[in-house]
Amino acid sequence: MSLMNKFWVVLSQTYMTRFKSKSFKITTALFLVFILAIGNIDRIIELFNSDEEPSVTTVAVVDETNLYGDYLSNMESQTLQYDVTTESVASLNESVLEGEIDGVLTLSNDESQPFTATLRLEDVLNNSIEYEVNELLQQLKVMVMTEESGIDGEVLKSIYSPVSFQLEAIEKADGTTSKTEEEISGARGLVYVMLFLLYFAVITYGQMIATDIANEKTSRVMEILISSSSPVSQMFAKIIGIALLGLTQISILIATGFFVIQTRASDFEGDFFEVFGFSDIDVSVYVYALVFFLLGYLLYATLSAMLGSLVSRMEDVGQLMFPVIILIVIAFMVSMFGLESPESTLVTVMSYIPFFSPLVMFLRVGLLGIPFYEVMLSIGILLVTIFILGYVGAKVYRGGVLMYGGGFKLKDLKQVMHLSKKSK
Amino acid sequence: MALHINNVTKQFGTFTAVDDLSITINENQIFGFLGANGAGKTTTFRMILGLIDETKGNISWDGRQIDYSITDSIGYLPEERGLYPKMQVKEQMIYLGRLRGMEKKSIIKELDYWLDRFKIPDYKEKKVEELSKGNQQKIQFISAVINQPKLLILDEPFSGLDPVNVELLKEAVIELKDKGTTIVFSSHQMSTVEELCESLCIMVKGKPVVQGALKDIKRQFGKKNVLIHADMDLNFLKEVPGVVKYAETAEGCRLQINDEVVSQAILKELIVRDGFIKRFDLLEPSLNDIFIEKVGESYE
Repeated sequence: MSLMNKFWVVLSQTYMTRFKSKSFKITTALFLVFILAIGNIDRIIELFNSDEEPSVTTVAVVDETNLYGDYLSNMESQTLQYDVTTESVASLNESVLEGEIDGVLTLSNDESQPFTATLRLEDVLNNSIEYEVNELLQQLKVMVMTEESGIDGEVLKSIYSPVSFQLEAIEKADGTTSKTEEEISGARGLVYVMLFLLYFAVITYGQMIATDIANEKTSRVMEILISSSSPVSQMFAKIIGIALLGLTQISILIATGFFVIQTRASDFEGDFFEVFGFSDIDVSVYVYALVFFLLGYLLYATLSAMLGSLVSRMEDVGQLMFPVIILIVIAFMVSMFGLESPESTLVTVMSYIPFFSPLVMFLRVGLLGIPFYEVMLSIGILLVTIFILGYVGAKVYRGGVLMYGGGFKLKDLKQVMHLSKKSK
Repeated sequence: MALHINNVTKQFGTFTAVDDLSITINENQIFGFLGANGAGKTTTFRMILGLIDETKGNISWDGRQIDYSITDSIGYLPEERGLYPKMQVKEQMIYLGRLRGMEKKSIIKELDYWLDRFKIPDYKEKKVEELSKGNQQKIQFISAVINQPKLLILDEPFSGLDPVNVELLKEAVIELKDKGTTIVFSSHQMSTVEELCESLCIMVKGKPVVQGALKDIKRQFGKKNVLIHADMDLNFLKEVPGVVKYAETAEGCRLQINDEVVSQAILKELIVRDGFIKRFDLLEPSLNDIFIEKVGESYE
C-alpha cells in the first residue's frame, strides 16, 4: 500500500479514537452547556427572580405646588402610577406600611428652591423607582419652566439636539486608511474570540498530540508502528488528525454560538452584540483569522509532537510541555495588552516573531490598517519556521521514538539526532 | 529472496554495538541469533528493518534495501512488547494490519484463524490490558504474522511463556516456515534454537563468534559429551587425559571430552573397575555447551 494510504490510516485512527473517547464528548458537552447558559443568561436570572412579577407601583402624590401634580397624573408609565391626593402625609405613610400603596411623593415650592420633591418609601435601599421618578421630575421641571418663560418648544428641541460630529480617516500614501470605530469594535470582538480559541487550541490540542505520541512510546507500540510506516508521515498524520478533531470541536461550538445569537438576536440588539457585533468586519479579516489560526496551530502542534517523541514516561509530558505553554501565555498577554494599544512598538515587533505572530499579527490586522506586505512578511516568517520545525521535528521524532531513558536532558537531543542520522 | 547482511557495523558515538557482521540468510530458512544481553541482536534487527541506519556496510532483502515501500511483506515482534493497552484486540489488529497494507476483511479472517489456533477466541473483544502477560504475547505474535510476511523477525519470541505456550508458538513458527516465510529470531532458550534453526549465529559484544549451519557448528566444536550412569565412585575419571569437564549427576556423571576417541579410553577404565554400569552414552555437544564456552571465553 502506498505511503499516502498509510497516512490516512494513521490520520483517521487518531481522529476516530479521540472523537469516540469519553473525554472528548464530555468537554464538548460542557462547552455547549456553557455557551447555551451565556446566551440565555437573562432568562436564567429571570428564573431566579420569578417571584418579583412586574406589577404596577402606585405612588401617592401630595402636590403643594398645585402645578406639577396635574402633569404627573397624566404621565403614567406601565409600571408606575401616580395618584394625586389630598390626604395627609401621615395617613399616607400608614397606607404605605399597610401595603396599600408603594410610596408617597410630596412636591413643594419655596423661595430658595423653586421645586422640591420628597419620595417616601418603606424600603429605600432596595427600590426600583427612585431613578425613574427623579428622571421624570427633571424633565417635568424643564418643560414647565421653559413654557412659563415663553420659549418655544421647537427652539428647545434644537437647543437640546446633539451636534452633528463625524470622524473620518485620511487615506495614506500606501492606500490604507486607519479603521473606523465600528470596524475596530467589530474586529476587536473577533480578535478576542480568536485569541481565546487559539490559546485554547494550542494548550488543549498540543497537549493531546504530545500525550498521544508519548502514550505510544510508553506502551512501546511505537516500534511496531514505525516498522510499518514512516515516522515522519505518522507525525504529520497525527498533527492533522488532531487538527481536524479540533476543527470539529470548534465548529460545533461556533455553530452553537451562532444558533444562540440568531435565536436571541432580537433580545440582545443594542447592547452586547453591538460591541461584539461582527457585522461591520471586512471579509479579509475572517480569512486572516483562519490563516493565522491554522498556521499558529501547526507551529505549536509540530513543536508538541517533537517534544512528545522525546519523553519515555507519561509523567514527563507535563514537564516538557511547560515551555510551550509559557510561549503561548506570553503571546496571549502581549495580545491582551495589544487590544488596548495596538500601535505600540512591542506589539509591532512581536508581530513578526514566530510563536507570537499568529496572535499578535492577527490583532494588528484586525485593529489597524496595515500594509499587505507586512502581513505577508509575518506569514512568510511563520511558514519558514513551521517548515524548519517540521524538518527538525521529523528528525527528532525518528530518533526519539527509539530512545528510552529516564527524565530528559539536552544531551538526549543530541543522541536523538544521532540515532536518526541518515548515513547513506 | 535472501537476506544479506554485508560487513555491517553500527556505532553509537564511541560505542560499537555491532562490529563487522556478515550473514546470509536464505529464503525459507529459520535463522537464530544468540548472544548475551547487549550483544547487539536488537540493534541488528532494527538495522534489518531500516529503523536505524548502519554506520558501515549494507543490508539487503531480495536484492534491495528494506524501506517503507516493502514493509507490508515484513513482520516484526519487538523485544519490548508493545500494544495499545486500552484498545480492544480486534480494533488493535485492524489498525496494525491496515498499517501493513491489509484490508479489514482479511485482517478479521486472519485474526480469527490465529485466535483459534492459540485457543483464545474469546479475547477478540477484550482490551489488551485485561489479558495476562502470556496472552498479550500471543496477541503480539499475531500482530507480527497477521500480514503473512515473507520475512519475519522475532526478537525473543519465547521469553516469559509457559512450556505449553512455547510449544504452541514453536508449531506456529514451523508452519510459517513451511508456508515459505523466512524467519530470523533471537532467543536465550538454547533448546528452542536447537529445535528450530538450521543456521545460527552467536554474537558477543557485537561480533559474531560462531556462525553457520547448526550441524557444522557442532562438528567443528569437536568436543563431545559422555553420560555415565553407574553405582560406583566416578571421581577418578577427572584424571583421564582428554576429559575437559566433569559434573556429578544424581545417577552418575556427565563429562565433556575434547575428542570422541577419549570416550573409548574412558570405557576401558570403567570396565577395569568392578562396578555396575547402567548407561554409557556418547552425546553430541549441546548448543548450550557451545554457547557457554564461546560467550564465556570472550568474557575472560
